[in-house]
Amino acid sequence: MITRREAILNYVILGFFALLSLTPIVGVVLTALTPTDQASATFTIPSRLDFGNFVTAWNQGHFSQYMLSSIIVTLTTVAIASVLSILAGFAFARMRFAGSQVLFYLLIIGLFVPLETYIIPLYYEMRGIELTDTYAALILPQIAQSVAFGVFWMRTFFAAVPNGLIEAARLDGARESTLLWRILVPTARPAIITMVMLTFMWTWNDFLLSLVMITSEQFRTAPLALSFFQSQFVTQYALLSAAATIVALPLIILYAFLQRYFIRGMLAGAIKE
Amino acid sequence: MTTHKPANASPTVARESHEGGAASARHRPRRTQARAYLYIAPAFAVVAAFVLYPLGQSVWISLFQWDGLSVATWTGLGNYAKALTDPTLLQSFWHSAILVFFFAVLPSVLALFLAAVLQRGARMRGIGIFQTLIFLPQVIAAVVIGVIWVSIYAPGGLVNTILRGLGLGALTHTWLGEFATALPAVGLIGTWMEIGLCLVLFLTGISQIPGELYDAARTDGAGAIREFFAVTLPGLRGPISIALTLTVIAALKTFDIVFVTTGGGPGTSTTVPAFQVYNLAFNQGQVGMATTIGIILTILVLILTVLIRRIAPKDDEQ
Repeated sequence: MITRREAILNYVILGFFALLSLTPIVGVVLTALTPTDQASATFTIPSRLDFGNFVTAWNQGHFSQYMLSSIIVTLTTVAIASVLSILAGFAFARMRFAGSQVLFYLLIIGLFVPLETYIIPLYYEMRGIELTDTYAALILPQIAQSVAFGVFWMRTFFAAVPNGLIEAARLDGARESTLLWRILVPTARPAIITMVMLTFMWTWNDFLLSLVMITSEQFRTAPLALSFFQSQFVTQYALLSAAATIVALPLIILYAFLQRYFIRGMLAGAIKE
Repeated sequence: MTTHKPANASPTVARESHEGGAASARHRPRRTQARAYLYIAPAFAVVAAFVLYPLGQSVWISLFQWDGLSVATWTGLGNYAKALTDPTLLQSFWHSAILVFFFAVLPSVLALFLAAVLQRGARMRGIGIFQTLIFLPQVIAAVVIGVIWVSIYAPGGLVNTILRGLGLGALTHTWLGEFATALPAVGLIGTWMEIGLCLVLFLTGISQIPGELYDAARTDGAGAIREFFAVTLPGLRGPISIALTLTVIAALKTFDIVFVTTGGGPGTSTTVPAFQVYNLAFNQGQVGMATTIGIILTILVLILTVLIRRIAPKDDEQ
């Protein structure tokens, strides 16, 4: 068993590393809440909580528009990618057909190849079909990347469902689609939540794709907007901190409630990226 | 890693299809085969159009000298030869190697040490909250992390303030603006990001090592260090392999952090391959060269992934 002294030592070490991880994040939030006259580059304990920086950053940075762009792109990607992944994952796990292995590897190739490798031809392709500077230029490639993980993830889950459950449904005369949507999908809820969370995170946090595809302000996503905002307000740390907090907030909130799914997915889905 | 699963699936599939013909006499075929393609078609269409097609194009374009506008000139493997000899481009790959140290090696070693110290407490109360907290950097956008660290590294930022507070004012730097400090400063951001990932993996791994192994080691009179090398380290081969895979790849494809914190500067002191891909293609009109670097990046990722997988125990050992 573990002695008391050991336990205390362990907690001190854990506490130190938790502090190290949290300082930059808590610091940026505190800086964002610091009244403008008190602000400096160093994280400060605000004399009073001032939400003025958030208002200023939100308005001056046009974040209402950029957050909306990010929400549109992310939700559309998540919804479509999830349905496509469930359909394909089901087929790979539960059906027999010629070429299934080759098709599977082609679908998940995006897990091994970074976007950097094909972003340039992707840009010219999008420009060729006149999709650059549209939401579609972000959504379509995001779906393609998300599906690589999603198919892999759902296939693993569906393959692990006990045969008895499926045989019973077939004996009841259930068709493939009923089997999938009425029986398998409800049992797959935890796996699907994980997939949805990871897809949400990867899409929301994307920077390179938006940087390359989007030139007009209208379709700018929040992370891209943050980098523009940074070059505009280089040393106004309170404003920058507020903007950074705004961009990170949706994920921090999701993570606060569903952190188990994030951690499980990112560790189990270690083959992504 | 679970990559072995797809490979294992094939013999089963083959066997089942042999039986399929005979079985269908009594039962109706259990699975309609043609319908499978309908289930796969939507996903495949999107992947084919927006991953496979541009990927094929990448390989093709990398064989040309092309500025993105005029007619391309065939150079065969010329771009590859140049990428591996040009000092500026080689430098960016060298920077990648340094980032691998900061993103992968350093956090893994630190986390391993921590995990070993915490080994007996791996199941203690509050560990869940701790894991949640140190994992947090993983879910925050790299752009946001970059912005945060720019202010931490600023002349009047947290790092310099702490140094002055400790009476080490002579050690203050404009961390991201000086040739000697910029790359390590970027690297340490990676260390900060990845240590939580490594530690969560290792703590989970340690809690799955049978306690009897530790008891046996202690009965044999093993000290903390021998216990670490005899029990903990071998028991963590799987998690170490996963941690290295994730962090090495993160290091190799670093783009957002560099773009936001240094833009490759000062000079070319923090350029990385992913940054060169973007910069060459969209600022300098060297599209062929840029895709070549992208392809080399993928080859590096694949080679390192295969090498790192060797650390993991074989399936039958588990």
